[in-house]
Amino acid sequence: MSIEILGITVLWVFLYGYVIVASIDFGAGFFAYYGRVTGKEHVISHIISRYLSPVWEVTNVFFVFFFVGLVGFFPDAAYYYGTALLIPGSIALILLAIRGSFYAFGNYGSKDNSFYLFLYGATGLLIPAALSTALTISEGGFIEEQGNKVIFLAGELVSSPYSWSVVILAIVSVLFISAVFLTYYADRAGDTPARELLRTFALFWSPPTILASFLVFASLREHNERHFNNALEIWWMFGLSLLCFLAAVLLVYKKKRFGTSFILVMLQFFFAFFGYGASHLPYILDPFITIYSGYTNPEMGMALVAAFIAGLLLLIPSLILLMRLFLFNADYVKGEK
Amino acid sequence: MELDSVTLSRMLTSLTLAFHIIFATIGVGVPVLISAAEFIGIRKKDDHYILLARRWARGFTITVAVGVVTGTCIGLQLSLLWPSFMQIAGHVISLPLFMETFAFFFEAIFLGIYLYTWDRFKKPLHHWLLSIPVIIGSSASAFFITTVNAFMNTPQGFKLEGRTITEIEPLAAMFNPATPSKVLHVLTSSYMTAAFILASLAAFAILRGRGSEYHRKALKLTMICGLIFSLATAIAGDISAKFLAEEQPEKLAAAEWHFETEKGADLIVFGTIDENNEIRNEIRIPKALSFLAGSSFDTEVIGLNEFPEDERPPLWIHYLFDSMVSIGFFALGISALFVFLSYWKKANPMKKWLLFLIVCSGPLSMLAIEFGWIYAEVGRQPWILRGYMKVAEGATQADNVGVTFLMFLALYIVLGIITVTVLLKMFRNKPAQAEFDDRFPDSPGIGQ
Repeated sequence: MSIEILGITVLWVFLYGYVIVASIDFGAGFFAYYGRVTGKEHVISHIISRYLSPVWEVTNVFFVFFFVGLVGFFPDAAYYYGTALLIPGSIALILLAIRGSFYAFGNYGSKDNSFYLFLYGATGLLIPAALSTALTISEGGFIEEQGNKVIFLAGELVSSPYSWSVVILAIVSVLFISAVFLTYYADRAGDTPARELLRTFALFWSPPTILASFLVFASLREHNERHFNNALEIWWMFGLSLLCFLAAVLLVYKKKRFGTSFILVMLQFFFAFFGYGASHLPYILDPFITIYSGYTNPEMGMALVAAFIAGLLLLIPSLILLMRLFLFNADYVKGEK
Repeated sequence: MELDSVTLSRMLTSLTLAFHIIFATIGVGVPVLISAAEFIGIRKKDDHYILLARRWARGFTITVAVGVVTGTCIGLQLSLLWPSFMQIAGHVISLPLFMETFAFFFEAIFLGIYLYTWDRFKKPLHHWLLSIPVIIGSSASAFFITTVNAFMNTPQGFKLEGRTITEIEPLAAMFNPATPSKVLHVLTSSYMTAAFILASLAAFAILRGRGSEYHRKALKLTMICGLIFSLATAIAGDISAKFLAEEQPEKLAAAEWHFETEKGADLIVFGTIDENNEIRNEIRIPKALSFLAGSSFDTEVIGLNEFPEDERPPLWIHYLFDSMVSIGFFALGISALFVFLSYWKKANPMKKWLLFLIVCSGPLSMLAIEFGWIYAEVGRQPWILRGYMKVAEGATQADNVGVTFLMFLALYIVLGIITVTVLLKMFRNKPAQAEFDDRFPDSPGIGQ
């Protein structure tokens, strides 16, 4: 494997990690707020806050990790994306800032403040929409280079069907992933009413998720045919993704093995995400940067990979400790600790 | 007045950093104090100290949250506002940036565990052990990010031809000449500031008549820490001055209004300067600048006149430098006095005027942090990468930086106000007395 492929794979794994953990977090915020508005707060809020409290900061790090890594491995990306994304990037940042801080204000400060919870819930749906514009831009057609100046065509982005289908997919899959995870978590806590409510959320959001996926495919064909054709060549990745989705929904529907069904959902997104990423290559930003043209100096590349491996040796045991203490500790989940 | 993208980018970066370093400083310093309090509490079997650690940790979560989100902002703004700079420097500084996120990750994991496992261990010492990785993580991320800033001051470890970078040595770039003194000064001053902030809270409670044994213990602990850390900060500051004289003479010369290269240079304290560079109202300490720069009264100190006019930093940084140093000595002095009075049997350290000065020391220390950073950053103007790239070449060409500035300004105002409100509410709703009785019903009580 060439070092460029290794670099982009490392980054993609982190982005995938962020997609999963952030989806759980973003969706949870929305469900928590929905629960309060519809008077079902007592059913689900404690489940949600027991899960989120120890891990919300970790979720944020996944994201920082991805963009610092991207700039590190591919400094050219900083130049093009940096210039193009000033406005959408700043909006996403402000939303993230509101969300992170209001989570803390609401959870450690004023527990019963509905406005804090509203900000926390609403931003959870806006952030995926704002962040997904970076993925849309990567398909090309939204940036022009005139002489030494990089120009972002915001109008094109707003009027593109492809861009909107990505936004829709981002939002509905956040709700779907989150609902399936929380169903599993409530089941582990032995909290049947919470589980039942969250299960209906999971089932409700499953058809839109798969429909939005097809919509993205269809509009990609119009927007970037090269990418679409590449994707067709690895159609089996997307086929596996669909199978995992069907199996997961079936298990949730039959109220069996919620843990397995969440793993299946993770696999569903794993295949779709890596299929999308693989067919996107070699471009990072079509047509300006490929992983070969934008790659950092080889010395720095090696140093980054070495740092990455050393970092993982430190992180993996710590993450396992975190999960054993909170996620997979039956007493903690049930609220006995 | 129409502001260009370069000015606006500088304004927005300064705004974000000025807001972020308040929380970053607390984030690096406070875990050390929390850990110390918990350790003493366990060793002395004194529940007051345990409660102290708990209450500090609770407030800390709020500041950490704001620190995390503003840190994310500055992390991304580097690329959003300075894309050309990042395209070039990214080749060289991505290693420490990358490692900083590892350290941050490590801290995030253990902070989460620390906060939610207070009562889960049979041996309290096991819970205390969790505070060590939190300190390691927060101090390590300060270390890594400071090496990036040090690199911008004294870049090395690469060759630049046009826009092409070659011959990169990642470790040489990280351990550049500015790294040791900067890291030392950043760490010691963060610990120091955290100690004085917590001290001013305790002093405030005592001054308002709400003080108890709990607050007196808090004050003594934080003042002892404050004395140690402000001594360390003074030493680190001295090392920094010697480093500047050696490697970045124009920064030191601008701060000291030192124009002619000479041996036995005078140190200028306070004073004013007019447009003809005539200095008035100053306190002049003969030959002290030479001593500061090289530990000998006849060290030659390079003057500002050696540098072309368009490569000189602005002269107003003198005021910041002097204020920072004065605050440092003020804090050192009052903590020394307080510690002296507490160990001298005949004296009473709880004098009103002393408590009042201690209340001031926290906010003043934070102000010194701001002054120090503005001095350090403005002192390397006009460079973004000293000797390689000027600030104007690094800034974004995108329009709309002005709108972005206003959006972030609004965000920080809101976050600042709500952070203070939430923190006040958090501690007013549950005074130490009530929490103590709640949590340690078997203890003899908090005492008045």
